[in-house]
Amino acid sequence: MRRIESCFQRLDGQNRKALIPFVTAGDPVKDVTVPLMHAMVDAGADIIELGVPFSDPMADGPVIQLACERALAHNTSTRDVLAMVKAFRETNTDTPVVLMGYLNPVEVMGYEAFAEAAADAGVDGVLLVDLPPEEALEVKPVMDAHGLDMIFLVAPTTSDARIKLIGEAGSGYLYYVSLKGVTGSATLNVDEVASRVETIRNLAQLPIGVGFGIKDAESAQAVSRVADGVVVGSALVNQIAENKDTPDAINDAVGGILSAMRNAMDQ
Amino acid sequence: MSERPDFSAFPDARGHFGQFGGSFVSETLMGALDELTAMYARLKDDPQFRADFDYDLAHYVGRPSPLYLAERWSKQLGGAKIWLKREDLNHTGAHKVNNTIGQALLAKHMGKPRVIAETGAGQHGVATATVAARLGLTCQVYMGAEDVERQKLNVYRMKLLGAEVIPVTSGSRTLKDAMNEAMRDWVTNVDDTFYIIGTVAGPHPYPQLVRDFQCIIGREAREQSLKQAGQLPDALVACVGGGSNAIGLFHPFLNDDDVAMYGVEAAGDGIETGRHAAPLNAGRPGVLHGNRTYLMEDDNGQIIETHSVSAGLDYPGVGPEHSWLKDIGRVNYVAADDQEALSAFRELTQVEGIMPALESAHALAYARKLAPTMSPDQNIVVNLSGRGDKDILTVAAIDGIEF
Repeated sequence: MRRIESCFQRLDGQNRKALIPFVTAGDPVKDVTVPLMHAMVDAGADIIELGVPFSDPMADGPVIQLACERALAHNTSTRDVLAMVKAFRETNTDTPVVLMGYLNPVEVMGYEAFAEAAADAGVDGVLLVDLPPEEALEVKPVMDAHGLDMIFLVAPTTSDARIKLIGEAGSGYLYYVSLKGVTGSATLNVDEVASRVETIRNLAQLPIGVGFGIKDAESAQAVSRVADGVVVGSALVNQIAENKDTPDAINDAVGGILSAMRNAMDQ
Repeated sequence: MSERPDFSAFPDARGHFGQFGGSFVSETLMGALDELTAMYARLKDDPQFRADFDYDLAHYVGRPSPLYLAERWSKQLGGAKIWLKREDLNHTGAHKVNNTIGQALLAKHMGKPRVIAETGAGQHGVATATVAARLGLTCQVYMGAEDVERQKLNVYRMKLLGAEVIPVTSGSRTLKDAMNEAMRDWVTNVDDTFYIIGTVAGPHPYPQLVRDFQCIIGREAREQSLKQAGQLPDALVACVGGGSNAIGLFHPFLNDDDVAMYGVEAAGDGIETGRHAAPLNAGRPGVLHGNRTYLMEDDNGQIIETHSVSAGLDYPGVGPEHSWLKDIGRVNYVAADDQEALSAFRELTQVEGIMPALESAHALAYARKLAPTMSPDQNIVVNLSGRGDKDILTVAAIDGIEF
C-alpha cells in the first residue's frame, strides 16, 4: 500500500484526522528544511507538503510569494528539494511527503526524469496547482508508474461533474480549496466548508484535505470535524518569515503552532 | 511545410495548438473558463453579437484603419513598397481596443459588473479603461511598478478614464507580474469579475477569442491590399510581445502560401547578451500564465527577467499559436534590438511624419532590413500597431532631455 493511503487508513482506525503542514523548501535557507520537516513530525504532522519554489506563483498570496523569493534568492532548485526529501527519509520512512508547486519546474526536468528522481528520493505525491486533470493526461501515467500519487484541487467553484472527474483522476487525497482566492486569504467559513465537503464525499471516494484560510488551533479543530485532513500553510510560513534572520528559532515557532493544532484536533 | 494544416480548425476544443496552449490554471478558475468558452462559442457566430461588434469598431474605434503606402520611406530604402496598416489611428491609439471592445461585449452578456486587466505599455490598460467607462463598469488595471514609472502618461490617462491603476511590486515589476496579480484578483473575485486579457496568451479560450477579435486587422489589410496594390502582399511584418497585433494581421493570410510572414521579437540589448524578450528566438517550451508556449526560463524552470526598451514587448512568454506557427514553419520569428527600434522610430517620424509606438518600431526595424532585399514591384505590409505619443518621455530620457 502507498504511504499516503496507509496514513489515512491508520488515522481512520484511530478516529483522528490528518494534520498536513505546508512549508516552502529552502525558505529562508536550504539547511533549515530537513530539520524543520522532522520538527513538524514531532509536533504532530501526519503528512508534509513541501513547496517547490517557483518564480511566478500565481495561485499564492503574498506570504508564499515571498517565501518563494527567499528560497530562489539562493537558487533552491527542484533537484535540491528532492535531495532534502532524500535526507529526510534517512531517518523517517513513515511520514508521506507531497511536493506542491507549479508545473513548469517539473516540465523542464522532463516527466520521466522527475518522476524517477522523486520516487527515488522518497516522495509520495505531487500536487501541481496549475495542472488540472484535463492537462494531466500525459504526466499522470508516468507518475503512477513510479508509485507517485497525483493530488488535485477541488474549489468552491468546481461543478459536480468536475468533482467526479477529479475524484477519478486523483489518488492519495483531494485537496479542497476552502475559499475563492489565493493562499493566505481571509478566514474560511466552516459551515460552507462542511456542506461542500459533504457534496464532495458523495461524488468522490478519496480522503479530503481542506486548505486555505486555516490560521490557528480553532480553525484547524473546526475543519477537522468535517474533513479528513487539515492543511496549514501561510500561518507557518509567516513564522518562518518572522524568524528568517534567526533560523534556529524556526522549528520551535512552527512546531508551537502545529502542536496547538494537533491538540485541538485530537480533543 | 509538407502539408498545410487547416488553420481555422485550431485551437482544438480544449484550446490546444499542437502541443501548445491549453488551460493551465488553478481549479478555482476552471469553471469560469468553461463558462467563458461556452458563452463565446454561442456568441461568436450570433448575428446580433457580430453586428454590435462591427458597429462599435466602425463608429467608436473608427475602422477600417487605412492601409498607407509609405512612399518616401520605401524609395529611400530602395526595394519593396512598404504599406503601413494604421492601427495607430484607432481610438485610444493602438490595436488593443479591437479586443477590449469584443471582451467588454462578452462581459456585458455575462452580466459581470467589474473588469480587470493587466497592462505593460499601458495601451491595453487604456483600451480597457475606455470601454469600461463607456459601459459603466468598474475597472482595475494591474501594471508593473517599473512600467508605471516609464509609462506615466498612460497611467494618468487610465485614471482620467475612471480606472484604478494598481502598481505591482512583486518579481520583475513588469508585465508578467501584472498578469500574475490579475490572475490572483480574478481567482478571488471570479463571481463578479471579467478578466480582459490583452494578448493572445493566457488560458483557453483567451488566445482564441483575442485572436478572433484582432483578425479584423488582417481581414481589412487583405481586402485593402487587393484593392490598393492590386495583389496580395509578398510579406507581412508585425512585432511580437504576447503577439496579438501579429496574429491579428497574420491569421487571415495563413492559407495564402505565397505570403511570407515575419514576427519581430524584442532583442533588447541583443540576443547574445541574454538581456532581451525573445522567447521564440532564444527560449524553449514551458508553462506559464495558463498556457504551454515558448518561454524565457533558466535550467530550473524559473522564469527569467526580460529586457526591452518597449514595455509592451517586455514579456517572457508569447501567445501559444505563435509557438505552433514557429514549429510548423509557417511564420518566421526574427528580432530587432533596442537601438534598431529607436532608430526606426526616429526614421519613420522624420521621413513619413508618423510617430510609431516603440513596440511597432520593432516591426519597422525589420521591414527596413527586409525591403532592400526585395524588388520595387513587391509589397510589404507592416502592422503599425500603435502610435508613439506614449513613448515620448522614454525617448526624451534616452536623448537626455527632461521636462
